[in-house]
Amino acid sequence: MSIMQYNGGSVIAMVGKDCVAIASDLRLGVQSLSISANYQKIFPITDRIYVGLPGLGTDVTTLHEQFRYRVNMYTIKEEREIEPQTFAQLVSSTLYERRFGPYFIEPVVAGMQKLPTGGFAPFIAATDLIGCLNFAKDFVVAGTASEKLFGVAEGLWEPDLEAEDLFETISQTLLNAVDRDAFSGWGAVVHVITKDKVVTRTLKGRMD
Amino acid sequence: MNSLVNRFSTTGYAAELRKAKEVLGEDDEGSDAMWGSQAGFGTLAKGVPTFSVPAVADPASFLRLHTDDHADPSCRIKIKHGTTTLAFRFQGGVIVAVDSRATAGSYVASGTVKKVIEINPYLLGTMAGGAADCQYWETYLGIQCRMHELRNRERISVAAASKYLSNLVYSYKGMGLSMGTMICGWDKTGPQVFYVDSDGTRLKGDLFSVGSGSTFAYGVLDQGYRWDLTDEEAQELGRRSIYAAGHRDAFSGNTINLYHVKEDGWKFIGNYDVSKMHYDGPNGNDGYGYDLRVAGRSSANPPAPAAADIAVEA
Repeated sequence: MSIMQYNGGSVIAMVGKDCVAIASDLRLGVQSLSISANYQKIFPITDRIYVGLPGLGTDVTTLHEQFRYRVNMYTIKEEREIEPQTFAQLVSSTLYERRFGPYFIEPVVAGMQKLPTGGFAPFIAATDLIGCLNFAKDFVVAGTASEKLFGVAEGLWEPDLEAEDLFETISQTLLNAVDRDAFSGWGAVVHVITKDKVVTRTLKGRMD
Repeated sequence: MNSLVNRFSTTGYAAELRKAKEVLGEDDEGSDAMWGSQAGFGTLAKGVPTFSVPAVADPASFLRLHTDDHADPSCRIKIKHGTTTLAFRFQGGVIVAVDSRATAGSYVASGTVKKVIEINPYLLGTMAGGAADCQYWETYLGIQCRMHELRNRERISVAAASKYLSNLVYSYKGMGLSMGTMICGWDKTGPQVFYVDSDGTRLKGDLFSVGSGSTFAYGVLDQGYRWDLTDEEAQELGRRSIYAAGHRDAFSGNTINLYHVKEDGWKFIGNYDVSKMHYDGPNGNDGYGYDLRVAGRSSANPPAPAAADIAVEA
């Protein structure tokens, strides 16, 4: 079995109208043995950027620390907060540094990007484990349930969803996709990011 | 004599049919028995099951090449691996409980599989390993058990039925059959459980669990098992054990099927959703879940907030 499936777990991000959502399951397992139902794979980077790190558990921790360090250094040197677009590039180059011995993680970035006009635009991106960026305009998926997530999201997502509708869409997509994946599930968490606040909800998912 | 002439003649309807078959490339010689009471068991037309095998030197290794194993997950024929099944004997009969998940790799192919095979009103078989192998051979066992009944004017014992199956699968040893099953029932000697697998192992015992989730089920089962369990206690133990496996094992879950075998034959007790058991329990107010048992009991486990929503102001 692939090392990408060793611990299990999945992440999805979706674009809405003046909002983005990012969600993940909460399972941590060792192959078929489920260990934890409270394993967070999504981390805040700034007030308006979240990153999801599905993949090998040990690399989730390592990469999160790595990103925290690099974002802090960026903030100090530039004397401003990092923007989602820039952070996605940082993620990409961090992963490509390990081109010949990669971290077994496929990150998903979601955030609200500041525009030159002063407004905010929703931003999502995902990369493979060596940093190939995918800037999608609708949704991105990663993890052991990625194929199932693609299928359900393709059916449920529509453009310009308001925050509440986006929450419903991403939640239903995630819950129904992970129910078809043996290595994902055991609860879920959803973050809905708008320009001035983030709403985090823990979902009651199937526990088998 | 007439039939011989017919068979080898170059004129007449038999020859016409033969030629037509050659042209169409049809060569299956199904007998009428395929459509009678043996429908679906066409391989039995000649009295004993016969299977066409690939026309190669070593059919078994040819099959192995195309059969799912740990070395090659990309091959064509997938065999269902994940499962939890259990059966135990007690004062009030036999409890049989199974999960209902079928997985192909990490994909949950089905959550509504019937893993208890009703061989006849007094015999149950459980399904683990190859779904088709279990289904076919346990149904076949049902036919043979009925034959025994007609020949001997007496129901077959569980011991004899299970031995018939184990001898049968042993005769196919090395051909790639995959089954781990428990043959359960009630005969003259009382409640009986036998474990039979495709290696040819046959064991008599009080308590068995088979499948990827069996270790989790054994944990609960061993802890709660007594001979003098009441019917309700025994059913709850079976249900709770499969729940434990469904919860912890990624390849088991979805729903629980529960059966109880008594002197007058088996009875289907119910189908229970594993997640519903986790949150609400069998009576709707006593979930099996860990959180329910620890919430509010210590400062490390505060009661769950009334609303699940936590809004973070940026």
